[in-house]
Amino acid sequence: MRYMLLFHYSEASEDTIGAEAIAAGMRAMAGYAATLEQAGILVSGQVLQPSASSTTLTLVDGEPRIQDGPFADTKEQLGGVIVIDVPDLDAALEWARQAPPLSWGTVEVRPGAVHIEAGTWVASS
Amino acid sequence: MGRVIVTGETAAHVAERTARASYGRLVALLAAPTGDLELAEDTLAQAFEQALTTWPRDGVPDNPDGWLLTVARNRQRDLWKSAAHRRNQSLEAATDIGGDAVQPLNDLDLDRIPDRRLALLFVCAHPAIAANLRTPLMLQAVLGFDSAQIARAFAVPAGAMSQRLVRGKRRIRDARIPFVIPGRQAMPQRLPSVLEAVYGCYTLAFPELGDGESLAGEARYLAVTTARLLGDEPEAWALAALLTLASARATTPGDRYLPLQDQDPDEWDRHLIAEGEAYLRRAERPGQAPGRFQLEAAIQAVHCDRARSGATDWDALCTLYTALVAIAPSLGSRVAHAAVIGRTRSPRTGLSLLEALPVERERLQPYHAVRGDLLARLGRHQDAVAAFHQASTLSTDPAVRAFLERRAKELSG
Repeated sequence: MRYMLLFHYSEASEDTIGAEAIAAGMRAMAGYAATLEQAGILVSGQVLQPSASSTTLTLVDGEPRIQDGPFADTKEQLGGVIVIDVPDLDAALEWARQAPPLSWGTVEVRPGAVHIEAGTWVASS
Repeated sequence: MGRVIVTGETAAHVAERTARASYGRLVALLAAPTGDLELAEDTLAQAFEQALTTWPRDGVPDNPDGWLLTVARNRQRDLWKSAAHRRNQSLEAATDIGGDAVQPLNDLDLDRIPDRRLALLFVCAHPAIAANLRTPLMLQAVLGFDSAQIARAFAVPAGAMSQRLVRGKRRIRDARIPFVIPGRQAMPQRLPSVLEAVYGCYTLAFPELGDGESLAGEARYLAVTTARLLGDEPEAWALAALLTLASARATTPGDRYLPLQDQDPDEWDRHLIAEGEAYLRRAERPGQAPGRFQLEAAIQAVHCDRARSGATDWDALCTLYTALVAIAPSLGSRVAHAAVIGRTRSPRTGLSLLEALPVERERLQPYHAVRGDLLARLGRHQDAVAAFHQASTLSTDPAVRAFLERRAKELSG
């Protein structure tokens, strides 16, 4: 069963928390990725640029309207995701507990429904 | 073995008895492989329905449990096959049995199949399930109450409760909450919510259940079952002891309410007291700090001991309540602590403990009742009368209300 770990947190930069904190966070994420890989459960991962660089499309009168900024303008933003393939929720929660972003935000664990394999949607369970 | 041909009424009776005794075991066995509680409950309901038409005609099978389990599994398999194109799980994984549909078997001995109820209890009280849904899920999946009955017990509209239960069960299936008993490492984090939810069953009022059955009895059964299945968890045995000792003093609903101190110990159930004390001994761990339920059970044991000694050991109660509010400072335990201190030290000390409670105290019936009693003993009759009236408005039990009004009346006279 595939689960996506979604990391939500207040966006920080070198200016706000310092270069050393950013470097430490990156080191922790590198170690986490290596651990997941070694356990043979890592499917994919993506850390995002700050939401300030996001662009959002909505359909207005049948025409796409392009706007700057993220979908939801909240204090905590989606900062990255990791997809893992594990037997059940307890296993997913155990890995989520070890996710470094838990120290600076919230980790959401969400089961996958379908995903793409070779251009075809297949069940994630 | 031949089958006894019986009348429809007797067959219905056997079906009902089986439902009571085995419901949770059958649901757990049916749901564990798929994680689908809804499907398990539906197919079991269909098996019971089929029993009610076949048993009166062909006779009650020697092994009703095995019959029901096989019929429900076959039904589960049929549904799974028809939905197979939508899923990619193997049939074997889904139904836990290979091959074709099987005839209801008499040699399918439920006592020789591992009991999955404990795993089911851990699923119902999983941290990923909302805390206020855990007790309702247990009532339905393990004890077989329907959602309308559960809704009444929680004083919420039937539709809302039914929707919540369905959503909870789909969540268990879709997020794939596993039907497993946590390992030694996770147990300390996982067990408290299970015991809390079982305790939640006990504290519910269930006035219209009728024929001598009560939810309190079902909760006690669940607590004892949980303790037995876990084997060696002190707090589980302590909860079994707590509910058993409290049940020993239970009065028939509708009877005149009497506070503990005015009850006649001769009317308490000696067998249940002995049983509860035996459970409490199994919870003891010398040299280890007692848990919350162990302290609560010990408090019950002190009260029950009046049946033997003729007097209440107030010093022991004082010690136990002081320990209880230190580790589990709930509003309820702090009110009870204040009542005991008010009796052993002075009403004034008890009152000052009550006054230190947070504002939520105002909605708590025992807070006003204890306050009324302490005020009365200080001679502040007018304030006491107001407190008893307030307690009476907050009470849902007519017998308790009558008792509180009587106390108010005695003081105003």
